[in-house]
Amino acid sequence: MTLEQFVPFLPEIVLATAGFIVLLLGIPLGRGGVRQLSIFGVASLMVTGVLVWLFGRPADGPALILGDMLVIDNFAVFFKLLFLAAGAVAIFMAAGFLERFGYGGGEYVSLILFATVGMFVMASGASLASLYVGLELMALSVYVLVGYFKLEIKSNEGAVKYFVLGAASSAILLYGISLVYGSLGTLDLQQIRDSLTSVPTSNPMLVLGMVLVCFGMLFKVAAVPFHVWTPDAYEGAPTPVTAFISVAPKAAAFAMFMRLFFGAFASGIDHWRVVLWVASAATMIYGNVAALTQDNVKRMLAYSSIAHGGYVLMGLVAFNQTGAWAILMYILVYAFMNFGAFGFVILLESKGYAGEVIGDYAGLARRHPGAALGMLVFMLALAGIPPTAGFMGKLYIFSAAIEGGYVLLTVIAVIMSAVSLYYYFRIVVQMYLYEGDEEGAEPAEYLRDRWAEVMIAICIVITMLIGVWPAPVVGWAKTAASALGVM
Amino acid sequence: MMDFQYGYLLNLIVYLPLAGALVMMAFINKENSTALKTWATLVAGIDFVISVPLWFLYKPDGAEFQFATIKEWIPSVGVQYIFGVDGFAVLLILLTTLLGFIAVYCSFTAITERQKEYYVFLLLLQTGMLGVFCSLDFILFYVFWEVMLVPMYFLIGVWGGPRRLYAAIKFFLYTLVGSVLMLVGILTLYWFNANGLAAIGLEGLGNEPTFSVVHLFTIAGQIPPEVQFWVFLAFFVGFAIKVPMFPFHTWLPDAHVEAPTAGSVILAAVLLKMGTYGFIRFSLPLLPHATIKAVGWVALLSIIAIVYGALVAMAQKDMKKLVAYSSVSHMGFVMLGMFALNDAGLRGSILQMLNHGVSTGALFLLVGIVYERRHNRMIAEYGGLAKVMPLYATFFMIITMSSIGLPTLNGFIGEFTILIGVYNHSWVWALFAASGIVLGAAYMLWMYQRVFFGELSNEKNKDLPDLNRREQWTLIPLVVIAFWIGLYPKPFFERMAPTVDRVLERVAVAMPEQAPTAAEQVAEIAHAPAGEETGERGE
Repeated sequence: MTLEQFVPFLPEIVLATAGFIVLLLGIPLGRGGVRQLSIFGVASLMVTGVLVWLFGRPADGPALILGDMLVIDNFAVFFKLLFLAAGAVAIFMAAGFLERFGYGGGEYVSLILFATVGMFVMASGASLASLYVGLELMALSVYVLVGYFKLEIKSNEGAVKYFVLGAASSAILLYGISLVYGSLGTLDLQQIRDSLTSVPTSNPMLVLGMVLVCFGMLFKVAAVPFHVWTPDAYEGAPTPVTAFISVAPKAAAFAMFMRLFFGAFASGIDHWRVVLWVASAATMIYGNVAALTQDNVKRMLAYSSIAHGGYVLMGLVAFNQTGAWAILMYILVYAFMNFGAFGFVILLESKGYAGEVIGDYAGLARRHPGAALGMLVFMLALAGIPPTAGFMGKLYIFSAAIEGGYVLLTVIAVIMSAVSLYYYFRIVVQMYLYEGDEEGAEPAEYLRDRWAEVMIAICIVITMLIGVWPAPVVGWAKTAASALGVM
Repeated sequence: MMDFQYGYLLNLIVYLPLAGALVMMAFINKENSTALKTWATLVAGIDFVISVPLWFLYKPDGAEFQFATIKEWIPSVGVQYIFGVDGFAVLLILLTTLLGFIAVYCSFTAITERQKEYYVFLLLLQTGMLGVFCSLDFILFYVFWEVMLVPMYFLIGVWGGPRRLYAAIKFFLYTLVGSVLMLVGILTLYWFNANGLAAIGLEGLGNEPTFSVVHLFTIAGQIPPEVQFWVFLAFFVGFAIKVPMFPFHTWLPDAHVEAPTAGSVILAAVLLKMGTYGFIRFSLPLLPHATIKAVGWVALLSIIAIVYGALVAMAQKDMKKLVAYSSVSHMGFVMLGMFALNDAGLRGSILQMLNHGVSTGALFLLVGIVYERRHNRMIAEYGGLAKVMPLYATFFMIITMSSIGLPTLNGFIGEFTILIGVYNHSWVWALFAASGIVLGAAYMLWMYQRVFFGELSNEKNKDLPDLNRREQWTLIPLVVIAFWIGLYPKPFFERMAPTVDRVLERVAVAMPEQAPTAAEQVAEIAHAPAGEETGERGE
């Protein structure tokens, strides 16, 4: 192993180093230095972005580095840039929020950076071992982030639930990995793939291994029936953390999911396809139906996030080229629209933390027309109404499922996305059709925070732009997905 | 197949209201009510004026789709930006721009709150509706189809009546469920074109993945009947909800009754036409086998709609609700004529779409006018209005006559042509259709009698002012068109003829081997409603 091999690994090195620096700087700065640390954190993310762009795309196709532990390809680049953007948005959106609640920024920023490193490894892992290490690095950082408001009981509760169930699911995943290793004698994804094509896949130990890995992954993407931790963790976490974990770790889990099931376990499709079909349908139905009755905005968005995971799973079930790039497209689109929606939740949390119900948004259109309009865009996007990006995301996922012949699953999905409109529009109804001066109404105050507003504005622009002119993003997603070599 | 001359015209017509709405959002103060009204009227007016040339420039003997534009939109999946219209779409575009203008113009005094948002939504709605009639790419079509729902939702939800929240979300959800299922149908067609043709051994016919409707027309004959059946079903749900056909009509009375006047006018005159437009543009020519198989069922549902809508209308105490149910009945006519699948039936169906737009639009305007004065729509509240509002009574009379199909007015031509077509197909259908006309005359005239004749018993009605200048001008264009179609419908028939011929030609592809069985089925099913109808009337 030469030093040159570490060059493509530079982004991770820089990011991890920056994480430690932020951690150290956080000690003298204390609670005062949130903004400075945020700027430093985002700057390091940007530097990493440049490095990913420079070294992440070898001219002569995918390259394996560090003893075949990591693979450097366009697929990884797509996700890495997405994680960087998500990390940056999460940091900037949180600055004002952390100041408001009197928490320091050092640990927050550094944990986001560490989680990003973990996600990097998840997106580019070429071996079950490296994927698992990346997953754990991400997960441990996120457990702590959920419990970041250490004086809030809800935050603690969410973190503990998340941690206990997350650790259990990691154990299941690890057990599955060990069974796969035991039956095939290798952890390398490419070798697993090759041996699965030559060895019969009906070996029960192997099948159990694959299914357990599948269960572990389903937990990480919060699919039904492994979703129970999600609402509590999302509701309890500080809102910027909720926004972050509903987007980035989920995206990373899907990246890993794709690496495993489109790559390594592709030939075992008959064993896991039906599992994913059921999980996808159940997730869409449960997520959307449960969201209908939620009065707490954050909790509602948590269920909505579960439901969106179900749509993405359709792409995996479809198991075709369209499905692969449709997943990338959907995750990208979902990241921005979900961040935008959470951005407004952050700005409207005037009554303390995690306390707002939908009724608090009454009359927002009257008092803050700009904010209401922005929220409307995100609600339409999440419901998949054109001309927003949400529609473009759903279109390709549905298209992939139809191509794969999964019409029933698609019908469930479209009906459920019509159902989802109802709960998203509960917010719209409050904002536009109520005045906020009805009896018993206590409309939330809109808190100005320039940084968060800029982030939301970026999300709006991207959401609308992809909705109207998706061609470049589609092209990019297609290139990235083709690196995966499905079919 | 496509003529690109004057291609910019359609783009201009579609996006002018959008541009107008954006300018209004950005530059006009929400307190400045005069400026808002003037600007909205100006934009809608100019939009109508620039759409008039379509009437003259459209060449009935020219290419199928004229004024076309084709641009790449999402090339890697075969989504294109295709605009183009035939004579049928031209007529609907003119109807839309005219009623869009009237909708703005009739709202000056009715809407007093949140005026800026109101006019912005009206203009956005206009762009959505026009886009639907111009799009020849399925995804583009779908985008406009859904975009339209949002402003309509707000028009009902914010400015509507007491149950507006319920009506607005019901309208949105109903239509959305229909349209997402339609999307599944669209994607099925898309993948059939891209992959399926090769699978059934027809490689090379059109394996370029595309959502272009014009291209899909060319492969329509190759689509296997079972694929056609499912796609037809998916489209059917989407379009039938919009029409609305029995039993998907339940959103309509709620939406109509709760919507503000302009909302009802647009809803009745244009939005309902989108369903029937969808059938004629997509279902019939793209899925001929399935269409022929479906004739019996669609006819059954249409006949139920005609009779049931009319009977329910007769029982209504609320004028607006009465007009709403009359829409169900009239749209049943349009569907019945269409699925007669012959020349007269289809022509009558298209003409009746325009007629319904004109007369029901005008009826909602008229009901809105007294509602604005009295804030009450109950028929029982009125009586003897002819004495205090003679001008109003005259307009109402003309429109009533147009709606029930009195000769010299538009309704007669439409209903008569449909009856010819329907009779050619089956005399049983014609019998039911004719009974619908009789019932239509009954409920309209009965309402007219109760509202305008008799004693002026209600004190509150004693000094109602007659129509003012603005209100007259919202109605005059519609009355002129009613007489025009009634006396000289030839230009309208001329413009729709190419569409009718082409649709029938495409449906005929599936006729030869299917014709006898289809006719048998029809005969069989046509007897089925007989029992139900009599039962219903017996109640």
